[in-house]
Amino acid sequence: MIKTDALIIGAGPTGLFTAHQLKLIGLNCEVVDNLDKIGGQCIELYPDKPIYDIPAIPECTGEELTNNLIEQLKPFNIKFHLNQRVDEVKKNNNYWEVKTNKGLEFEAPNIIIAGGVGSFEPRKFPIKECEKYENISLFYSVKDKSIFKGKTVSIFGGGDSALDWAIELSKNSSINLIHRREEFRGVPSSVEKVLELSKKGKINLFTNYQMKSVKGSKNLDNIEIIHDDNNIKNLKTDYILGFFGLIMQLGPIANWGLNLNKKTIEVDTEKFETNQKGIYAVGDICNYPGKLKLILSGFHEGALAARACFKLARPDETYRFEFTTSSKSIKKRLGVKE
Amino acid sequence: MAKITYIEHTGKSHTIDVKSGLSVMEGAVQNNIPGIDADCGGGMACATCHVYVKEEWFNKIPPKNEGEDDMLDQAYKPQKNSRLSCQIEVSDNIDGLEVNLPEKQI
Repeated sequence: MIKTDALIIGAGPTGLFTAHQLKLIGLNCEVVDNLDKIGGQCIELYPDKPIYDIPAIPECTGEELTNNLIEQLKPFNIKFHLNQRVDEVKKNNNYWEVKTNKGLEFEAPNIIIAGGVGSFEPRKFPIKECEKYENISLFYSVKDKSIFKGKTVSIFGGGDSALDWAIELSKNSSINLIHRREEFRGVPSSVEKVLELSKKGKINLFTNYQMKSVKGSKNLDNIEIIHDDNNIKNLKTDYILGFFGLIMQLGPIANWGLNLNKKTIEVDTEKFETNQKGIYAVGDICNYPGKLKLILSGFHEGALAARACFKLARPDETYRFEFTTSSKSIKKRLGVKE
Repeated sequence: MAKITYIEHTGKSHTIDVKSGLSVMEGAVQNNIPGIDADCGGGMACATCHVYVKEEWFNKIPPKNEGEDDMLDQAYKPQKNSRLSCQIEVSDNIDGLEVNLPEKQI
């Protein structure tokens, strides 16, 4: 059980700056995120796209913004728990008990949800029968590549994950690569390599095809794929890999007893608190009259939610507003010499 | 201004006037048409405003932008006539456009 003053869910720009604000006023915090890296949508969706509306930064990319926010957190020792999703939130007296899907447990008087549009999850095949084979012979990521040795693997998708795994697994497996159009969106060198391996007969390429059905009993036996012109092909296969990118889903947040409005959480504009005392929502995921889904709004919301956390984390102390330019205690926390 | 018809997966149809300059996605969101999520808010960074454009219209509307097909790879059940509605700008030229909404966006 990890005890902390505030648990932040989401390591996007809003979550990062909220962590900064908490540390600045002398509170501890820990951050959980379902992605394997820090940065949220900025890193996952638009690392290279320039952003023009961060105050005092005329232009920066999603990746640069993330790196700067991480740099700003450097004076503080903040623990990030990546690759895991918060599944359970339960009240225990004055604390919230939180569990992740990897079994981590937290106890905190405050939870700040900075979850963007929810957690990133792999997009799955739209065909119902696929669920039957999920994590047995159908996967959306590769954890142990040795299971594919000497087997036939059908890989779906047109991005880097699909191409990289087709190239890698073609060394020891028979590979079908199936994509819904002619063009691949992976890096040009990988596309070239795949086409070369296809010419050599190492990869069987099926473009303009999509999954139609999966067949088998306990184990997967074969799949049908369908061409744009409705021509159907049957492929014997031992394994299926699907790489269709990530989608954002609200996920377990919907079960925590919070007032929701579509995919957003209702908050007040004083503390950015939800209908549950001690649970706050900031950034794209929160909703209130006049809400703007801008990064700068997330920063403001995080700063206010952090102050609200103080009251529950330090019930016997009084919060004192201070500036970073003049406060001795803040400078000490930042490790800045007088 | 253009009349745009959004047809839900169930067949329920909504015809609304959308101002020129807005996107087909914005027309749907501002009028609470169910079936278009637009999670990223029009940044071409997700694929949750996916629509199927009626064949007779597909070649009349402005063509796909660079990167749009990359996002459509990640849509739910993409087809040849798939588009991201945030990338279709409304103008007098597309008055009467009909789009079909997929069964779901995610």
